Amino acid sequence: MSKISETVQRARAAFNSGKTRPLKFRIQQLENLQRMMKEREEEITEALYADLHKSKWCALYEECTYAFEEVKYALANLPQWILDEPVEKNDNTKDGQAYIHSEPLGVVLIIGSWDYPFILSIQPLVGAIAAGNVVVLKPSELSEQTAILLATLLPQYLDKDLFPVINGGVPETTELLKEKFDHILFTGSTGVGKIIMTAAAKHLTPVTLELGGKSPCYIDKDCDLDIACRRITWGKFMNCGQICLAPDYILCDPALQGQVVEKIKKTLKEFYGDDAKSSHDYGRMVNSRHFKRVMSLIEGQKVAYGGNGDEASRYIAPTILTDVDPRSQVMQEEIFGPVLPIICVKSLDEAIQFINERPKPLALYVFSNNDQVIKKMIAETSSGGVTANDVIAHADVHTLPFGGIGDSGMGSYHGKKSFEIFSHRRSCLIKPLKKEDSDKVRFPPFSAKASLK
Amino acid sequence: MNPFLDTLQSLRDAFGSGKTRPAEFRAAQLEGLNRFLKENRDALLAALAQDLHKAPFESEISEISICQSEINLALNNLHSWMKDEHVSKNLATQLDTAFIRREPYGVVLIISPWNYPLNLVLVPLVGAIAAGNCVVLKPSEMSKSMEKIISEVLPSYLDKNCFAVVLGGPQETTTLLENKFDYIFFTGNPSVGRIVMSAASKYLTPITLELGGKNPCYVDDNCDPQNVANRVAWFRFFNAGQTCVAPDYILCTRETQEKLLPALQNAVTQFYGKDPQGSPDLGRIISDKHFHRLRGLLGNGRAAIGGQSDEQERYIAPTVLVDVKETDPVMQEEIFGPILPILNVQSIDEAIAFIRKREKPLALYAFSKDSKVVRQMLEQTSSGGFCGNDGFMHMTLTTLPFGGVGNSGMGMYHGKFSFDTFSHQRGCLLRSSGMEKLNSLRYPPYAQRNLGLLLSMVEISHKGQCTLL
Repeated sequence: MSKISETVQRARAAFNSGKTRPLKFRIQQLENLQRMMKEREEEITEALYADLHKSKWCALYEECTYAFEEVKYALANLPQWILDEPVEKNDNTKDGQAYIHSEPLGVVLIIGSWDYPFILSIQPLVGAIAAGNVVVLKPSELSEQTAILLATLLPQYLDKDLFPVINGGVPETTELLKEKFDHILFTGSTGVGKIIMTAAAKHLTPVTLELGGKSPCYIDKDCDLDIACRRITWGKFMNCGQICLAPDYILCDPALQGQVVEKIKKTLKEFYGDDAKSSHDYGRMVNSRHFKRVMSLIEGQKVAYGGNGDEASRYIAPTILTDVDPRSQVMQEEIFGPVLPIICVKSLDEAIQFINERPKPLALYVFSNNDQVIKKMIAETSSGGVTANDVIAHADVHTLPFGGIGDSGMGSYHGKKSFEIFSHRRSCLIKPLKKEDSDKVRFPPFSAKASLK
Repeated sequence: MNPFLDTLQSLRDAFGSGKTRPAEFRAAQLEGLNRFLKENRDALLAALAQDLHKAPFESEISEISICQSEINLALNNLHSWMKDEHVSKNLATQLDTAFIRREPYGVVLIISPWNYPLNLVLVPLVGAIAAGNCVVLKPSEMSKSMEKIISEVLPSYLDKNCFAVVLGGPQETTTLLENKFDYIFFTGNPSVGRIVMSAASKYLTPITLELGGKNPCYVDDNCDPQNVANRVAWFRFFNAGQTCVAPDYILCTRETQEKLLPALQNAVTQFYGKDPQGSPDLGRIISDKHFHRLRGLLGNGRAAIGGQSDEQERYIAPTVLVDVKETDPVMQEEIFGPILPILNVQSIDEAIAFIRKREKPLALYAFSKDSKVVRQMLEQTSSGGFCGNDGFMHMTLTTLPFGGVGNSGMGMYHGKFSFDTFSHQRGCLLRSSGMEKLNSLRYPPYAQRNLGLLLSMVEISHKGQCTLL
């Protein structure tokens, strides 16, 4: 038996022992996670810097803090989430108790992604632990230092049989996917999402797939353009554009294009200085392959700003493209890099049509002072989630389920939703064992009974 | 050759036109279903009798009445189900609007089985329509009379642009599944469930799979044998055992078995008379193939009750098997017939261990006067649903979600759960251009001093606590 198979079998045996079920145990593990994040903050932020050139500030604000808050939220609410939920009964069942009983699914597999390698492993892990499961974590091998760190740290703070970390690339992941799991949560690309779901089908394993796509960003004529451009710049160029929620491309009226370019340029200089390469706050592409991929998207395009890169340091300048042809390569795939195409549309309807002709995105952004415009944009499109007059922010509201639709994913998590997806919500009806009038009414022979109506 | 392309395209166009979105449209479709039920009641009862020898009483309570309730529930609650659900916010988003909007997926495929051919078509359909989808229905070809009504009569009660019925067997269904759907709802067995999920994965189509398994029925020594026997027999032999949530086998001690057997015989005689084959209240097996499959199981162990069969009528007598081994064929597959094996265990712990070795079932039953015993069985096992001291009554409560776990399925429905199942829950945050000063704390160049303040704003507050700056 392979080491991977052994690890999963051991995890299953550990789950069957019942160790993860008591509330006390789950709370203790979550508190240990909290302690880990506090005590090892330095190492975590260093790994993130090594993998993605994330400044300590970014690492803390964009990853660690949200992970910490997720644990805090779970700790505060778990005693309530774990309770049986009574439901309204009908006449047939009034003598009994009817409730929904949440129980763990068993062995959960979490496959992390490399763009936010810490939080995209820890945030789902919190939900899975809170729900009483055993978890196998497979961090992304592309963010190597964080993967190694997770494999080192987690066994020091969590039970290592119950929460093993398995590292490796495609061969290890393929082998892992042959095992039976009780739920798989995967964050990554649409293409790999299909592979995961196909593998899961063999075992009838339910999946949550957090995928991606091209998240459109519509700028209305009637909006505060300064603020819109600042917010868009922030969301587009954080982590060097490597975020599933980045506003992928802009849709606006041709009359606005020039101003949008100028304002974004101005904001970029404010954020990263004249040469982003020397800014401590500007990220790098995760590897050579992605560097080359994104650089090739710029080829043949009208570059209004940036456009240059340095392969040795995997640096790509913040880049704005104008008058982009929708048929060009930059509009065929999720950019996942610091390149911002602007597509001109003459009306809100044209923008909506443009969006609807394409696969459903993970997020949709619309900037307008006009409520009717926002209302119409939301009503006539589909996307995982929406933020109006900002970007990314809906993902930070713990009470909103976070997930995609169509090519951008299925299922959702965060906060209480995480607890729900990693639980089986079991319907329970408990009746007393005594003879009831309804017994006489429902048993055959039927012909003796009066008509029901 | 993809014969479904045109149908699917026109449904997709209809959905794209926005036609199914307004509440008025959905309510009109639901009213159509209402009229369908009312105006065709006799034909529906006749079809169920034809396909499964279902007694009108069974048809009323397990098919027609359930469908009626679901339609009424949807009509009564449609507006409130459709409303945006506002959620609580953190400090950073206090002045914003945050809500979950439930939106239809688009073109939904519902594949239904033959055992409750009206219920298992209509109840999911109610949810799909209420949620604003366009629907393709694939009723089972095995319940031929009902299939005819669904394909020939039902469409005239619904908007033909938004609704289609597709007919055929495994071959046609395979071709159908090569197309893209926005949601697939499947009721059937686990092996076909795997095929459906595999097909769905090509398009990343979300799914609900209502599957099956062997539903254990634990009978404690501390019980009233006749009471238990009445209930177990009723739920086992209902629809001639062709129910996904029927108790599949009993686990009890030898002593309890000795008390249960005469009680079960009593129940069978009381329900179906001395010659159950002559009772109008006992169903028949759906097909020759299933009849032969079940007849083969009659030889397992020893038939303490029943054991007779009649090929002409596809009749299998209400049968209780004893001296059954775990390795016997009757314990290898979901029985789906009026055969009830009893296996002996020495204790509840042994029963629990036996159950846990096997795939998670759709339902699990425990009979005991001692509520602690019932609770122990609940807590140390897993199953789709659970009922203490009765049969599948938990299914009749629309406030309880109905679905499986593990091999018995994924997802859930009934009542509002149907509406939620057929909806995409879209998280929405509407901000204003104001408060930019607060926002600017998050922008580079990053300063250590801003982090503390920014973090305190995104920090999730305990319920009830909130301090606005």
